[in-house]
Amino acid sequence: MTGSPAVLRRASAWFQGRNAFYVALLLAPPLLWLGTVYLGSLFALLMQSFYSIDEYTARIVPEFTLRTYAQLFSQPAHVDIVVRTLLMAVAVTIASAVVAFPVANYMARHAGPKMKAFFYVGVMLPMWTSYLVKVYAWRLILAKEGIASWFVGAAGLKPVLESTLELPVVGGPSLASSYLGMFVVFVYMWLPFMILPLAAALERVPRSLEQASADLGARPGQTFRHVVLPLALPGLAAGSIFTFSLTLGDFIIPSIVGAPGFFIGMMVYQQQGTAGNLPLAAAFSVVPIVLIALYLALARRLGAFDAL
Amino acid sequence: MTAAIELRAASRAFGTVVALDSISLAVAPGEFFALLGPSGSGKTTCLRLIAGFDRADSGEVLLGGVDVTDVPPFDRNVNTVFQDYALFPHMSVAENVAYGLKVRGVNAAERRRRAGEMLELVRLGAYGDRRPAQLSGGQRQRVALARALINQPHVLLLDEPLGALDLKLREEMQAELKALQQRLGITFVFVTHDQGEALSMADRVAVFSQGRIEQLDTPRALYNRPRTAFVASFVGSANVVEDAFAERLTGRRQAFAIRPELVEIVAAGDAAPEGAVRCEGTLEDVLYHGASSRCHVRVDGGPVLAVARAETAAPPGAELRQGARVSLAWRPEHAVMLEAQ
Repeated sequence: MTGSPAVLRRASAWFQGRNAFYVALLLAPPLLWLGTVYLGSLFALLMQSFYSIDEYTARIVPEFTLRTYAQLFSQPAHVDIVVRTLLMAVAVTIASAVVAFPVANYMARHAGPKMKAFFYVGVMLPMWTSYLVKVYAWRLILAKEGIASWFVGAAGLKPVLESTLELPVVGGPSLASSYLGMFVVFVYMWLPFMILPLAAALERVPRSLEQASADLGARPGQTFRHVVLPLALPGLAAGSIFTFSLTLGDFIIPSIVGAPGFFIGMMVYQQQGTAGNLPLAAAFSVVPIVLIALYLALARRLGAFDAL
Repeated sequence: MTAAIELRAASRAFGTVVALDSISLAVAPGEFFALLGPSGSGKTTCLRLIAGFDRADSGEVLLGGVDVTDVPPFDRNVNTVFQDYALFPHMSVAENVAYGLKVRGVNAAERRRRAGEMLELVRLGAYGDRRPAQLSGGQRQRVALARALINQPHVLLLDEPLGALDLKLREEMQAELKALQQRLGITFVFVTHDQGEALSMADRVAVFSQGRIEQLDTPRALYNRPRTAFVASFVGSANVVEDAFAERLTGRRQAFAIRPELVEIVAAGDAAPEGAVRCEGTLEDVLYHGASSRCHVRVDGGPVLAVARAETAAPPGAELRQGARVSLAWRPEHAVMLEAQ
């Protein structure tokens, strides 16, 4: 450190022996960020959900009440929205895991260095494109005269698509205006968030553990079930937290693709915007937080984090 | 008697690197067999062929007389203790040990009983509920051993099993492994780069170098009658004398090896024993090891030879000084003629 000013050198010397001060200095920015910006706004949101709106004046009454939550759970339409969103989040999470596992497994354990780099870039590439562009592109792909139905027709599977679209709940006039189409878009959108943590977890499973398992008489299926899958579970849990919470909170995909039924995110958007009912919007946004907390508790119960 | 393990002209190459070059060997049932060699000599590849983790490009692998060349590891009656132990981190010690029974569909009560027995055998009876991460290196080693033995294999393979342990523990485990092998009577095949370990534990040792078996013999024969310069200097230490200098001493242009402890330092004036080979030189340095000292002597017009001198051979006060003129002598029958390489 020749030529550095004496002041800096003295400061370095001073820091050298004072670890606690140094750590405090490092901790201050993240703590400020978490404490004020994140927890602060979360707390403000929670507060709002315990207020209510005066139906005549449309003004917020800043007094503690459970009326807003009562309103949320007593109206069947509201409960429907919560159930619909939850079911979609569960379906998207399961489908993402099923689709992501073979991809992540190939990337982490079978691909050579070049192929691995190619796959990592390939998985992340869609994230560099605007979210809105992708959703609108999907609406065109899934439209009645879109490439998806053309492709299905060319493969001679038109009757299969038509009978699928006639199914209650998931069906609709076209893929672009059905829950099935919305589900496809959700899975496409969140797939990288599932693949990446899963691949990272699978990469950390030592090869010798699989060999030890085979050595002790386990067939490949048993090795997968008893060794690889349990050790990949933290990655699966991390990925599913992404897919689950992203689906619970999203309001753009349900408003562009799919059937007209409302989702939680859309409800929050509408209540705090057009309707001006901030307490109800706040109550609605508390729902995903609670659901994710329950989900994490369940995952922990099932031992998803044991291998950490 | 059918060999427990037999390799017939087994070869394995990784790209252009030949890991095993047409290896043939046979291990007798109940034998404690060591594969010894420096890293990259092919000993681990050889073990992997026997376990079934790798397949020979050509040649055959037989277990108990049955060709298993194309049999996957889970259908071979062979179990392995891995170098890093490869214990399952998400299972308890008892679950690790019982794993081999679990995948074979043995019921839970029976699994628990036999895992308990195996843990008793390796003196870890009280540790069944712990996780592998809560154990010391030596304990993990013993869990790996118990896990590998629970399926009652005909052959136990050990891949550098003591490599990660410290010296004291390693010596204890050597004795323990040897005793265990004798008690169970199963064939042990054991990979190591530590010649001391191979000599002290094995019934027979195959010395590997560059994908070939350099010599396959009992430890005593390996030490006393090494066939090549590589074996002479890899197993124990040896002075390998070659070419012109060998010719000058023996009259034959053939390399020979002489162990440092068989070379004597004779004071300059004294007569050497009758018939001894003798040469003069300058003492370059002396390394004191306690029980013995190691002297390096630059022979006039020749190489540097090592001499191990027992502490009792040096009379008090008669220490050798660096730069002193000394004469070296050894009995001609102690020199081992080496094959040309």
